[in-house]
Amino acid sequence: MREIRYVQAINEAMHEEMARDSDVILIGEDVGPSGGAFGASRGLTEKFGERILETPICEASFTGMAAGAATCGMRPIVEIMFSDFLTVCMDSIVNQMAKMRYMFGNQYTLPVVVRAAGGGGLNAGPQHSQCLEAWFAHIPGLKVVMPSTPYDTKGLLKAAIRDDNPVIFIETKSLNAMKGEVPDEEYIIPIGKADVKHIGTDVTIVTAGRLVHDALEAAKMLDKINISAEVIDLRSIQPWDKDCVFSSLAKTHRLVVAHEAVKSFGFGAEISATVAEEMMCELDAPIERVGAPFVPIPFNIEEAYLPNAQMIVAAVKKNLTRTF
Amino acid sequence: MNTRLNKTALDEKSMLQFYASMKRIRRVEETLMALFSQGVIPGFLHVCIGQEAAPVAVSSLLEDTDYIGSTHRGHGHVLAKGVDLKRFMAEIFGRKDGCCLGRSGSMHLADKDKGVLGANGIVGGGIPIAVGASLAAKYKYPGRVAVVYFGEGAADQGTFHECMNMASLWDLPIIFLCESNGWSQFTPKSVHMKSKCVADRAGSYGIPSETLNNDVIEIHHAAEQAINRARAGEGPTLLEIKCNRWFGHYVGDQQKYRDKKFVSDAQNEDCLQDYVKQLKKKKILDAKHLKETDDQIESEIQEAVDFAKNSPAPEADDLIQGLYV
Repeated sequence: MREIRYVQAINEAMHEEMARDSDVILIGEDVGPSGGAFGASRGLTEKFGERILETPICEASFTGMAAGAATCGMRPIVEIMFSDFLTVCMDSIVNQMAKMRYMFGNQYTLPVVVRAAGGGGLNAGPQHSQCLEAWFAHIPGLKVVMPSTPYDTKGLLKAAIRDDNPVIFIETKSLNAMKGEVPDEEYIIPIGKADVKHIGTDVTIVTAGRLVHDALEAAKMLDKINISAEVIDLRSIQPWDKDCVFSSLAKTHRLVVAHEAVKSFGFGAEISATVAEEMMCELDAPIERVGAPFVPIPFNIEEAYLPNAQMIVAAVKKNLTRTF
Repeated sequence: MNTRLNKTALDEKSMLQFYASMKRIRRVEETLMALFSQGVIPGFLHVCIGQEAAPVAVSSLLEDTDYIGSTHRGHGHVLAKGVDLKRFMAEIFGRKDGCCLGRSGSMHLADKDKGVLGANGIVGGGIPIAVGASLAAKYKYPGRVAVVYFGEGAADQGTFHECMNMASLWDLPIIFLCESNGWSQFTPKSVHMKSKCVADRAGSYGIPSETLNNDVIEIHHAAEQAINRARAGEGPTLLEIKCNRWFGHYVGDQQKYRDKKFVSDAQNEDCLQDYVKQLKKKKILDAKHLKETDDQIESEIQEAVDFAKNSPAPEADDLIQGLYV
């Protein structure tokens, strides 16, 4: 099968969906002829002309505009260059687009995708590297997607664009150059379905985004010492695939949750709490969480800050030594 | 903008309709204030008494397929745009037959069939949304326009400036309709704005603007120009109406931040009674027609209140319905 890069998967998904549906438009900074900060919108202006709106630097307003346009029949994709800039658009996302359907008695649909590049790994510093997915997963009315491979990115972005609900689509910018198999044929990956990226029997590692790759590396390291780890890539944080996680735990009875975001109040806390509430009795040991320390991400010592495979291995080992 | 070449002469029927629409909004608001003080309406209520002229003038030029974005003080805007009074009233009562199933109440009234994109609990929150609607109009429904109502307080929000910039840049069919009532909640204009008027701010974005008196005919003429320009693809306009907020920020506000003399002066500026005087002077409105119109309004309001009171209250099961499509 052919291989393409993560960022090309984003680009292909937008090309295909814009060709398929003339209501799809792209709004954002530098998304025009330059092709965007990460090259995700390359070739779109040439092909779709005025459906690509290169905006002034005003994330709050163009995100709110996307909500308004969506209520009037458009299907906007908003590009927020760095997910940190989502904080500038919180009113438009949280108070407006997330609530407009429910609050107005189901009269409107809000088919908006807000794409934002998240995460560290580029030494971009504390205002260009955050993982904020949990903020949005906490808001009723939003869906939150966070793919880790080119294949998942393309299939999930196409699903997000076709979804009639607002979707926060967190892209991992440190994965942009990563290559992976993507078929020529069209496919869609449903939002809310996890993917077991590595099958195992001793412990379940639940993760998403960049940490999927660290978890897979950890699984390889653990294999060498005869520990069989199952790696679940949630792919969607809201809704998250409880069935997949629970079926895995019914087999392994041990849970490690890992994400790049700050550990406190991260999505791992929700997974852990739900498992503790609903299947604590099936667990053989306390849950382990892996996440970043509770400080802003510094530009100079990212290696010390970012969670990695070794930390996941350590968490698994700790889990395996413990009992209730 | 001061040259009104396309000024259309208003016929008597339209002029009488302006009276009826303004009076209807006034009486709805007075009725709501009375009902609120009886404790039968939950939540907060912000009435627009003294500000009836702008929505009536503007909406007389709009179709159902045109869009409006509104504010927390939005009853006049949505009623003038044609939201059914019974469903409006049921909404404010929080009942099932409300236009938003009773979920929005006074502050988030919306009606898709009438192009009402929602009153908004965030000051200035409606501006990006309405500008987005005008973007959809430009690409998908040429000829449609959007109007966004806001106050001078919202004109201090960054999104107001950002949206003016984009609307101008892309010649979007939107009218920025600023109702300058002098008060940002409890703060007078002099405390938060050095420029004399909001209209001055439009020029820096290349948007034509005009400051208008709170007079339904004057607003109608200016709005007609602005809407015609927008429909013709000639871009946005900002209109600023100098008006007064007769009452407190919300119903029940003790208004300790402004003195009684100020309030009584504000209430002496009455766009409704001034208009009645104009109509009488022109011999368009006589006592008989006035009474007939008023009686009709009273019975319509009474019917709407009865409808709202008799509408079923939502059940707990309704709570989790419809969050996602």
